[in-house]
Amino acid sequence: MDKSEIIVVSRGRGEKGNYVKPFLKGLQYTLGNFFKKPITVQYPDQKTARSARWRGLHRLNLDEKGELKCVACGLCAAVCPSQAITIIACEEAGDTRRPESFEVNELRCVFCGFCQEACPKGAISLTKLYEYVDYSREDFLFDIARLKTTGEKWNS
Amino acid sequence: MNDLIIIPIIKLLVIFGVCMLFITYTTWLERKALGHFQLRYGPMRVGYHGLLQPIADGIKNFFKEEVVPDNADRAVFLLAPVISISLAVMLLAVIPFGDSFTLFGKRIDLYLANPSIGILFILGFATIGSYGTILGGWSSGNKYGYMGGLRASAMIISYELSMAFAVVSIIMVTGSFSLVDMVAAQHHMWNIVREPVAFLVFLISGIAELNRTPFDMPEAESELCCGYNIEYSSMKFSLFFLAEYTHLFVFASLVTTLFLGGWHGPILPGVVWFFVKTFIVIFLCIWIRATIPRLRYDKVMKLEWKFLLPVALANVIATGVVLTLFG
Ligand code: SF4
Ligand code: SF4
Repeated sequence: MDKSEIIVVSRGRGEKGNYVKPFLKGLQYTLGNFFKKPITVQYPDQKTARSARWRGLHRLNLDEKGELKCVACGLCAAVCPSQAITIIACEEAGDTRRPESFEVNELRCVFCGFCQEACPKGAISLTKLYEYVDYSREDFLFDIARLKTTGEKWNS
Repeated sequence: MNDLIIIPIIKLLVIFGVCMLFITYTTWLERKALGHFQLRYGPMRVGYHGLLQPIADGIKNFFKEEVVPDNADRAVFLLAPVISISLAVMLLAVIPFGDSFTLFGKRIDLYLANPSIGILFILGFATIGSYGTILGGWSSGNKYGYMGGLRASAMIISYELSMAFAVVSIIMVTGSFSLVDMVAAQHHMWNIVREPVAFLVFLISGIAELNRTPFDMPEAESELCCGYNIEYSSMKFSLFFLAEYTHLFVFASLVTTLFLGGWHGPILPGVVWFFVKTFIVIFLCIWIRATIPRLRYDKVMKLEWKFLLPVALANVIATGVVLTLFG
């Protein structure tokens, strides 16, 4: 190999060959760690705090009379970037508009929170629940009945 | 009759059982201590602080599928773990665990055998045991395994030398090849005081011989994705694993025997002292593993041939000179 091809990474290291001190320093550091409390959060037993703006599973809010606040305007479905919301509206004479079916596909949802922001009635909101497991894909299609009660079953 | 058969069998079972328990829990200790060194917890789920984890692992490995790769050399592939574990366990026979005591009017020695060449027996069988590693790597028909095997043989060839020379200076000091005599000779002063250089050389080359970080060339995870045992699964893998920890235990008890005064110690009975010292050496190994990253391959070789071996040789000569002048 030509001399000029050799890349010298370091030259004349003063501490070359001095391995003992760094080695002992390292040992001291790790031993210090050994007697410290581990920083691991033992997750299922211990939980970290969620921020106030955390976006988890959806919930359909109810008004004072216990009816759905939702008027099936479809804004949330329109704004949803992943098209996770399917609404079929129902309009009967003399009654307010209400959704006949309101389905949120939690597997498609990216939890952006746009639906919550778009809703003129404050009818849909995201809870802080993030632990949800189930056995089949269908279980993640939340219909009105489930959206009304989201969080009640597992509520802290 | 009693002396010839029954007592040795009982001793065999007790020593084997206790050592195996100790070794099994060394795996737990290693995972746990490594965890705490890295600010983690280690196993926590099975039993109190993961205390049943080794047992759970053993049971799991029993029920796993045995896989033999198509292009493996079948006979050697199956034989390799057996070589590893059997030769490792054999080493337990000559380790003096404690002073002899009298029970029901009989003298009972706390070792299975005391051959007059005990230390040579250990060095020899430990080296043959590494054939398990080498053959396992070579026979599995996998390039990583092959590299692991190659490196294992290179490590054995080089580090065995400095280890043996460290032992030679101990033999010169104690004047015997028998491990029991070596312990007895340390009644007044531990060999670590008389032979600090040999102790360091022995410790370093021992860790290298055990293929533990920072010298875990044959199973470098990041380069060889596991090295020699890459194709092994289920019980065969467990055997390799167990052999490795048996070697660790034997190494720690050797350090105890050769340098730390074996079973000698105040107040507590000898066996307890022996296990306490062994535990400390094992902990030291884990501590070192948690601290230093793996050396580059050429540096490992350089360390041995350009540093440890000359130092060990010089130490032997120095010991000889001192012994002739003052001994
Ligand atoms: S959170 Fe975003 S993705 Fe999920 S349903 Fe609402 S708008 Fe769609
Ligand atoms: S939840 Fe809100 S935005 Fe969506 S359809 Fe109902 S009222 Fe409209």
